[in-house]
Amino acid sequence: MSVGHLITLSGMLFTIGMVGVLSRRNILIVLLSVELMLNAAAVAFVTFSNFTKNLDGQVMVFFVITVAAAEVAVGLAMVIALFRLRVTVDTDQVDLLKE
Amino acid sequence: MVFSALVAITRRNAVAAALWAAVSFIAIAGIFVLLRAYFLAVVEVLVYAGAIMVLFLFVIMLLNLREEDLKVVEGPRLHVMGAILAAGFLGGLVWTCRRAGLFEVPLVTAKTAGETGNLAGPLFQDYVLPFEIASFLLLAAIVGAVLITKRRLT
Repeated sequence: MSVGHLITLSGMLFTIGMVGVLSRRNILIVLLSVELMLNAAAVAFVTFSNFTKNLDGQVMVFFVITVAAAEVAVGLAMVIALFRLRVTVDTDQVDLLKE
Repeated sequence: MVFSALVAITRRNAVAAALWAAVSFIAIAGIFVLLRAYFLAVVEVLVYAGAIMVLFLFVIMLLNLREEDLKVVEGPRLHVMGAILAAGFLGGLVWTCRRAGLFEVPLVTAKTAGETGNLAGPLFQDYVLPFEIASFLLLAAIVGAVLITKRRLT
């Protein structure tokens, strides 16, 4: 197993998350896909931390996880607020700013 | 890991999607162990597979979606475009890795690279300011989440 293999793995995970964000319309699954993309970035960080023999990359992953936790908390709060307002989780029906 | 992630984004049922994503996160923790990042593996399982997934499932069950809410029309056009974009992105990435010669670089297998003690050094010396900012970010996120979900601001 080499650095390139792990970067490819991280790229596959990121791509799956990207497709999820772009092609799904259930807002919960879109949020989940964003989490997958953040995890792909974390895998790449740890791989390059191994590559450069430097622990800074792993510290950065720690911060990525912190930010992801904050993002999920706020994101899900917004989903709940949205559901109260419109009773939907479909991103195409959220067009309040259009009116 | 890739399989469970793929399954996770294709489920129509959000609960199933969240559980498959949890499987994916545990697999990523396994990758971290292989890379000798033991502390991060534990944090990944605790925070992602534990806290974040519980939060997701909690919200999904709180929303209590009916069947007709889940029937979102998702045309095949979006999926085809997504697949083309994914193939292009991944192809470019692999090509770049091959050109940079990353496939020939073996992984370092030091015994105790990413243990908690080794990670604490840079975290609390070089990265003290980002660490404190992260703590403030979490505080702001807590307050923000409570404010947003409040029914009325009085």
